Amino acid sequence: MSGLGIDRALGFYRVIDEEGRVVGEEPDIPSATLIDMYTYMVRARILDEWLLKLQRMGKVAIHAPNRGQEAAAVGASMALRREDWLFPSYRELGALLVRGMSEEEILDRALYNADDPLKGSDFAIYGHRKYNTIPAPVPVGNQIPHAVGAAMAAKIMGHDTVVMTFFGDGATSRGDFHAGLNFAGVFKAPVVFVIQNNMWAISVPLSRQTKAPTLAIKGVAYGVPGIRVDGNDVVAVYRVAVEAVNRARSGEGPTLIEARTYRLGPHTTADDPSRYRSEEEVKKYEKYEPIRRFRRYLIDRGLLDEEKDKELWEKWGEHTRKAIERSLEKPPLPVEVILEDVYSEPPWNLREQLRELRESIRVMKELGLEVE
Amino acid sequence: MLVMNMVQALNTALREEMRRDPRVVVLGEDVGRRGGVFLVTEGLIDEFGEERVIDTPLTEMGIVGVAIGMAMYGLRPVAEIQFIDFVYEAFDQIVSNAAKIRYRTGGMYSVPLVIRGPCCGGVKGGMHHSQSPEAYFGHTAGLITVMPSGPYDAKGLLKSAIRAEDPVIFLEPKSIYRIIREEVPEDDYTVPLGEGKIVREGSDVTLVTWGAMVHLSLEAAKLAAEKHGWSVEVIDLRTIFPFDKDLVIESLEKTERLVIVHEAPKSFGPGAEISAYIAENAIELLRSPIARVTGFDTPFPLAHEKYYMPNIARIYMALRKVMEY
Repeated sequence: MSGLGIDRALGFYRVIDEEGRVVGEEPDIPSATLIDMYTYMVRARILDEWLLKLQRMGKVAIHAPNRGQEAAAVGASMALRREDWLFPSYRELGALLVRGMSEEEILDRALYNADDPLKGSDFAIYGHRKYNTIPAPVPVGNQIPHAVGAAMAAKIMGHDTVVMTFFGDGATSRGDFHAGLNFAGVFKAPVVFVIQNNMWAISVPLSRQTKAPTLAIKGVAYGVPGIRVDGNDVVAVYRVAVEAVNRARSGEGPTLIEARTYRLGPHTTADDPSRYRSEEEVKKYEKYEPIRRFRRYLIDRGLLDEEKDKELWEKWGEHTRKAIERSLEKPPLPVEVILEDVYSEPPWNLREQLRELRESIRVMKELGLEVE
Repeated sequence: MLVMNMVQALNTALREEMRRDPRVVVLGEDVGRRGGVFLVTEGLIDEFGEERVIDTPLTEMGIVGVAIGMAMYGLRPVAEIQFIDFVYEAFDQIVSNAAKIRYRTGGMYSVPLVIRGPCCGGVKGGMHHSQSPEAYFGHTAGLITVMPSGPYDAKGLLKSAIRAEDPVIFLEPKSIYRIIREEVPEDDYTVPLGEGKIVREGSDVTLVTWGAMVHLSLEAAKLAAEKHGWSVEVIDLRTIFPFDKDLVIESLEKTERLVIVHEAPKSFGPGAEISAYIAENAIELLRSPIARVTGFDTPFPLAHEKYYMPNIARIYMALRKVMEY
C-alpha cells in the first residue's frame, strides 16, 4: 500500500465474483483457512436464523439479522490474533464465533438467562473479556473512538496488539466517526476500521448518508488509507484485512476498510423493509449473497463437495439446536442483578434501593400481583 | 369525534400544524418513507414532500444542530429523535445552544424548536431504548419539558409545543403509544404548556406523576381505595418543567400528603425538585414525609424491567408509608 491509496478507496477489490469464479489475482491462503472461513459463515447463518425464530417465539427481545453480511464479519475478524481486540457492532455474529465465542454463550446472552455474562443489561450486544471482544454500545458508532483509544493505549504500553472495530454506513455520519478517524490519523493508532456498508441505515439509503463517491475515500481526508472491497467476497475481505492488520502491527498506522455488502433482511425484527425498499432490489442482491458463491468456489477448487457441505450444515445445525435446548433450560437471572455493577462498590442509595426492591417483591406476593 | 391512539393523535397534530403553518418542517432518521419507526410521521412525506419531511443522515447532533439553525432563520422545525436515548449525541447542541441562544443573543434570536421522541420503559427495550431523561432537560435553563399520558393531551400539547417561542423537549411514552385510545376532537384545540390536570379526585394523598405512570398510579389508587378506603388524588403534571406548582399546592391543602411517581432514576430526578419546592414553600401543609417511587439509580436494565420501574406494589408501599405515618 503506498501513499493514501486514493485509487483503492475508489476501487472495488474482489477475488471471487458472484458465480464463485476467480477474478484477478488469487491470494495464497491455506486450504484449512478457507474451510474455516466457510464453516464460520455457515455457523453464523444457522445461528442467525435461529435467533430470528427465537425472537418470533418471544424468547429473544430483538434481533438484528446478519443474513448477507457473514463474509465481511468473518473475513475481517479472521485477520486478528487472539490477543488482538475487537470492538464489534451488533451485526457480526460471524466475528463473535471467530473470536471463540460458542453458540451457547451467544444464546445465553440473547436469552439473558442465568448464564448471561452481561447480566441482562441490554439486547443485541455480545462480547466477553476473555475473547478481547467488547460488547457494543447500542447507540450507533460510539465504539469507534473507543477502538482508537484502546489502540493508542496498546501503543503507549508497548504492546503489539491491533484493534479492529466494525460499524455500519450510518455510523459514518456520526461525530464519533469523525473523532475516531481523526485521532487515529493524528496518533497513528494501530487500528483497523471496518465499515459494513450494507446500503441501508434502517430506511435511509446510502445516497442520503453521504455525497462522497465511496465511504473508503473519507479516510483519505484524515490521512488514513481507505480500501473499498467486495464485502460479500470473504477471501477479498480477509486479504485486505490481513494487509491492514499487518500495517497496524508494524507501526504504519490505521486503515479504513469499506466492505460493500447488502442487508438482505430487515434492520431488526421490529422493522418492516417493505415500507421503504422494493422486493426487486432485494432479489437483485440475493445473487451476490456471500455463502453460495464461496461454496461454489470451494467446490470448484476441490476443497468441498455437495456431500461434505450437507454434512457441515447438519453438524452445525445439530450443534446449534442442542445449544438452544441447553440455553432455554437455564433459569432466569435473579432479580437483584438489576442493582449490581453500577459502581465497584454500591453506595448507600443502591443499598437502600436493594431493600426497597426486596420489600416490593414481598408486597407483590401479599397483594397477589403478578409482575412478570 | 374520532377515537385515536397516541401515535395517530401525534400524527394528526403534525399534519394539522404543517397545513396551518408553512414554516413547520419535520426532520429526523427514517421520518420519510418509513414514517418513523413508530409511524408517528406516517404519510406526511406524501402530503408535504421531501422539502418539509426530511430524512436525515444518521446523527442526532446533526439533526438538532441543523434544526436550531432552521429555527433561528425562521422555520418551526420538529426534530424527531428515533429513541430519546439517542439524544445524548445532540446534548451539546441542546444544552449549549438551543437552551442558551435567546440568553446569549440578548433576546435577538430564539429557537422555536420541538425535539420529540419516544421515551421510557415497559416494552423490553433494554438500556438504550427505555430511558426517561427528563431531569437533564428540566435542569437546563431555557428548555420546556413535556410528557403526555394519552392521545387527547398528546395532540393538544404537541400543537402548543410547535407554537411555543422556546425550545420544547417533547417526550412520548412509547409503552402507551397504542394501548390507550381516546376521543380526540378534530378541531384545532391546544393544551397549554405548564398546566397539570387532576385525573382522579381524592382527599387523603396527592400523587403527582406523568406519562405512562399516570395509568399505573390510577390502578394503585384504585387498589388503595378498595383495600383501605384511602382517597388518592392523582395529578398528571403533563409539563414537567415548568411544573404546575399551584395545582400541586392546592391539592396538598386538601390532602396534606404527597407521593411522587416517575420512571426516571431517583437521585437528582424530577421528583427531587418537586419535593424541594414543596418543602421550601408549603412544608406546613404536610402531615407526613414526602415519598418518591422511581426507577432505581442504575442504567435501565433489559432483564426484569418491571421490577426496575415503579410498579403497583411500590406505589402501594409509598401510599401506605404516608398514610400510616
